Amino acid sequence: MINEKQKSIMSGVVFTALLITLLISFFDAQHSMEVFIDHPEWWPPFWNGLLILDGVLVFGTFAWYAISQNLVFFVFKRVVEACLVLLVIATLTFTLLRVMPGGPFDQEKTLPPEVKANIEAKYNLNAPLLEQYKDYIFGILQGDLGESYKYLGRNVSDIITETLPVSFQLGLYALIISFAIGIPLGIFAASKHNTAWDNSAMFMAVSGVSLPSFLVAPIFIIIFAFWLDILPPAFWDGPSHYILPSFILGIRPAAVIARLTRASVLEVIRSDYIRTAKAKGLPQRVVLYRHVLKNSLIPVLTFSGPLVAGILSGSFIIELIFVVPGMGKHLIQSVTNRDYPLILGLTLLFSALLVFANLIVDLLYSYFDPRIKLS
Amino acid sequence: MTMSNSAKSEALEVQYKPSRSLWEDAFIRLKKNKAAVLSAYFILFICIVAIFAENISPYPFDEQYMDKILQEPSMKHWLGTDALGRDLFSRIIYGARMSMAVAIYTSLISLAIGAIYGAVSGWVGGRVDSFMMRIVDILYSIPTMVLLILVKVIFDAVQLFDDPERKAYFGIVLALSLVGWVTLARVVRGQVLQVKQMTYVEAARALGANPFWIVVKHVMPNILGPIIVLLTFQIPSNILFESFLSFIGLGLQPPFSSWGVLASSGWQTMRSFPHLIIYPSFAIFLTMLAFNFLGDGLRDALDPQMKGR
Repeated sequence: MINEKQKSIMSGVVFTALLITLLISFFDAQHSMEVFIDHPEWWPPFWNGLLILDGVLVFGTFAWYAISQNLVFFVFKRVVEACLVLLVIATLTFTLLRVMPGGPFDQEKTLPPEVKANIEAKYNLNAPLLEQYKDYIFGILQGDLGESYKYLGRNVSDIITETLPVSFQLGLYALIISFAIGIPLGIFAASKHNTAWDNSAMFMAVSGVSLPSFLVAPIFIIIFAFWLDILPPAFWDGPSHYILPSFILGIRPAAVIARLTRASVLEVIRSDYIRTAKAKGLPQRVVLYRHVLKNSLIPVLTFSGPLVAGILSGSFIIELIFVVPGMGKHLIQSVTNRDYPLILGLTLLFSALLVFANLIVDLLYSYFDPRIKLS
Repeated sequence: MTMSNSAKSEALEVQYKPSRSLWEDAFIRLKKNKAAVLSAYFILFICIVAIFAENISPYPFDEQYMDKILQEPSMKHWLGTDALGRDLFSRIIYGARMSMAVAIYTSLISLAIGAIYGAVSGWVGGRVDSFMMRIVDILYSIPTMVLLILVKVIFDAVQLFDDPERKAYFGIVLALSLVGWVTLARVVRGQVLQVKQMTYVEAARALGANPFWIVVKHVMPNILGPIIVLLTFQIPSNILFESFLSFIGLGLQPPFSSWGVLASSGWQTMRSFPHLIIYPSFAIFLTMLAFNFLGDGLRDALDPQMKGR
């Protein structure tokens, strides 16, 4: 069993390591630092080393926690389950795409039948369905997602390794922004419960939920890029480009988090141990930050699973609007192009992200709230 | 309650207040919530606008006035005109019809699927339940937007209708419903599982009522509250998803007018003619705001314990 002190040291170390990596990644050390430092060859290994260190730290902490809490079997079970779910999703998508009338090479300009037959032979499309399916699944198991039909000669895995980091970065910043805005706003509203402050904060939150990103984005672009001319209106190459898309993607989740935090704080404030803390004569500030906050953030944490899903969905529009070279654009295009391997690969990837995010949230949940027993 | 002049009857009235049903209680609580009442009126207004679009809009939605392309708002064209000289105000009014119809039909269809699925799963329980919920879990593991795009493309490929307008319209309604029922099924199942334990259900069963009757007559009315609340939140998210789809080019296409179509085509001329994207998006924003406030109000009214959640 782990005691509280070990726990806080562990989370502290992991948190600091992640924070450092994040800071460096935000300011794009890998690229821009090369200009300042005379030894560009020194940077990439350092960067990779940092990433590996992060990975080892996070993974090690999870592993240690899982072992010490007898959760190894639980994690194993969940991972196996997740893989099965992904297999079912792969099968489902595969079947739907093949059953769908029309093929990837039916264009408005009809190809000569010989050419079409040749193309289909190249991509193994004329084989019996079952065989295609078998090949595809075996391919996935070997880590081969196939070759894109549209981007000739490029593997789906290549496209993913190229675009995933960008989408990941965008999602991560949006996640951080949504927590950074949502939690303080929720606490503020709860601490001023039933006042004009509370009402206006909650009005802001409901507006945030109702704001479509394609309304916020043009307004922000017009203000910050065209009028004030302080932020670039599009693209993704540098810290200044990250701000607008991440912020706009973060608004909706931030609003949801604010509402959740407020409700949770209000519930905790009414509990007995808070009355005890107040009765002991602790100052209001200490009660709020030490006792209320710690307990009320647990429900907020459980929301991170759906939050990741929401950010994944929202990122399509944001990537489209800000011309961010992420996966969203590829998914939309692959679907209209009938680029089967790319559709399948991206669907699987998105689902995998969601499934594993949920697993991590469950582990975090039990980590922060020892009353929760995972089995 | 009737006002009475005599003091005696007033006293009596205090003593023998006519009993109010749960729904009346909820309605009275809802009426006290100003934001919710205002939102309800606004939604009513939008619905009326949507129904009587032909009578209200000053111009037809697809009529092009080629001499008046991309005009700023003026007395003749209240919200200006778009790149093909169509009156934006009229297009937004017709867009209300499309967007609201899609959102409401979608929510009702997904409610029908979700309620039946959830009720069967929760009521039967056991292996059937875990199997049915497994399916829901799998669908839940695909991000909504991805699932939506996939389903939409499949509906586009299947030739359901010859008429392109109907095809686009039904395609979007069906795709959104097929994605939306999952949430409803989960909630309905959870509620059915709770209500199943209640003594009145046990009593009905002991009296030999048939299970179908129990679900319809005893279980459903008691879980109606949460379902109505969820439905109210489902409508704005469907409006949003419809406009998302139109925005990325997989939804309705011009000349048909929905708020998403308008926002998407306004986007292309955003820099020089911001009014083309601001007004339609603002219509979406206000409608979603109204539904969210109404949903919050309904939740507080129907389930006072959940207040502030």
